[in-house]
Amino acid sequence: MLKQIEGSRAVAEAVARCRPEVICAYPISPQTHIVEACGELVKSGELENCEYINVESEFAALSVAIGASAAGARTYTATASQGLLFMAEAVYNASGLGLPIVMTIGNRAIGAPINIWNDHSDSMSMRDAGWIQLFAETNQEAVDLHIQAFALAEKLSCPVMVCMDGFILTHAYERLEIPDQAAVDAFLPPFQPRQVLDPAAPYSIGAMVGPEAFMEVRYLAHDKQLQALDVIPEIQAAFTQQFGRDSGGLLHSYNCEHAATVVVTMGSLAGTVKDAVDELRLEGPKVGVVSLSCYRPFPAAALREALAEARRVIVVEKCLAPGFGGIVSTDLRMALQGVDCHVKTVIAGLGGRPITRPSLQSMLRRALKGELADLHFLDLNRGMVDRELANQRRGIASGPIAENLLKDVAIHGDAD
Amino acid sequence: MFEVRLHGRGGQGVVTAAELLSIAAFLEGRHAQAFPSFGSERTGAPVVSFCRIDDKSIRLREPILEPDAVIVQDPTLLGAVQVFQGLKPRGYALINSKKSLADLGIETALGGLPDGHVQVVPATELAVHHVGRPLPNAALLGAFAAITGLLRFASVEAAIRQKFKGPVGEANVAAAQAAFDATQPAPEDAPC
Repeated sequence: MLKQIEGSRAVAEAVARCRPEVICAYPISPQTHIVEACGELVKSGELENCEYINVESEFAALSVAIGASAAGARTYTATASQGLLFMAEAVYNASGLGLPIVMTIGNRAIGAPINIWNDHSDSMSMRDAGWIQLFAETNQEAVDLHIQAFALAEKLSCPVMVCMDGFILTHAYERLEIPDQAAVDAFLPPFQPRQVLDPAAPYSIGAMVGPEAFMEVRYLAHDKQLQALDVIPEIQAAFTQQFGRDSGGLLHSYNCEHAATVVVTMGSLAGTVKDAVDELRLEGPKVGVVSLSCYRPFPAAALREALAEARRVIVVEKCLAPGFGGIVSTDLRMALQGVDCHVKTVIAGLGGRPITRPSLQSMLRRALKGELADLHFLDLNRGMVDRELANQRRGIASGPIAENLLKDVAIHGDAD
Repeated sequence: MFEVRLHGRGGQGVVTAAELLSIAAFLEGRHAQAFPSFGSERTGAPVVSFCRIDDKSIRLREPILEPDAVIVQDPTLLGAVQVFQGLKPRGYALINSKKSLADLGIETALGGLPDGHVQVVPATELAVHHVGRPLPNAALLGAFAAITGLLRFASVEAAIRQKFKGPVGEANVAAAQAAFDATQPAPEDAPC
């Protein structure tokens, strides 16, 4: 059914169509509207045979999810930012135990300083935790990915994070197609667990494994992710056949044929980038866009294929590895080993800094002239940074950085 | 594409107003994207929300920097926030106030806009009268439909009823109707 609906509400309705049996969550911005809507759907009876469990923390949310999933229930939760960090131990346990939990991440920055706005630092912190990580470019894709995520998780017995940009997607009201229950039922069969904790037939899950087999356990987790590289496109194809939309898969490629320069990105930024390169096309050079729908497993082969004609790749990413630079771009460089192609890293949008077409276009013009540094910070206020560095050089007791910068904004404004 | 930026204060339904606008456009078969700019989510703090309306799907996700219309839900923002920043030369400005434009002292700031593109509407007073609470958003949307001709009033009415059921919805529709009736259409065709 076509609706004008908030992204969060739409995701909750899509999750409900997947007939989860347990939902447990702890609210945190910008994920709150999703779990509130899930609670409403359970309470109103619209989502039947589902237990909604209010827990006291994110650690409890995922721990309860682990228990529920191990008992054979289709299980869903959601979190963001510090909430994901707080459940970190359970994040590794869920994947280590091979439990097909689906969790939405309403992507948000990590403090300190506290910041509720969007970037990808939170899910990036868990990129090596053994979960599959899918990224939604639009709210329609967020809806569709949740339905695919349960199928994927249960096929591989592996937990899946569906990442959607906080506020930019979670709080946007848009025209979305919410799939019918019958169609979702036809696509997603009832959950058949690989392992169940059953008092009638008891066995252990999560026993200690020593050096004699731990490497093999971890290797199998790696192998499972590699299997996902095949399963994800299969599920996308089945979804397209059922619903007529090509949401999901490993990546989306836009205007990459004969494009020597390609921007690679993840999440909702792709739409703005596409508009930016379309406008830039009027000036001349063609710039392609690749958006990763799947970040873990990393789709190296699919990227090599999509970037076959590219000689310059600009990765615009909403995360930073301090002391090094880009994260997605590092993975991409590894994937393009031996290929004659320059990879540039552009760090953008941290803590909700708006990413605009004019900024992207000015960065791309520099890149096309070969003037872009290997590591570039989009719209960094250099004046503000230099004033604080000068302040720090004046003496050891230079004070708290975040508060100094806020004072700087008050004095100099936020223009560079 | 027609882009609207709404300014108000936390608690005045600024985000809801953008959502209602998007629902009204959706009901006319158009594509619309409403989204908030969350600053501090405190009652009384300045809040901005946005709505894009187009005949094709909208990919752009940047904040609206050069709006076709600005709606100011709280006139006390006029001195505190650059509410008209980036407003297009043929744009519209709608301000919630019982004062005249001259008394508000903003004629100079908006002098370049075409005749009839800048109007005040006493939306708070209309809301208090019809809804019993000082929530000016529905009334301003009625006035927006009148001044721009972008949306039919029936669509605004249906959007309000969709979001607010029962007597609350009816009261807000009445406030919107009163504002629609009190607002002069700008003397030209709909812009989009």
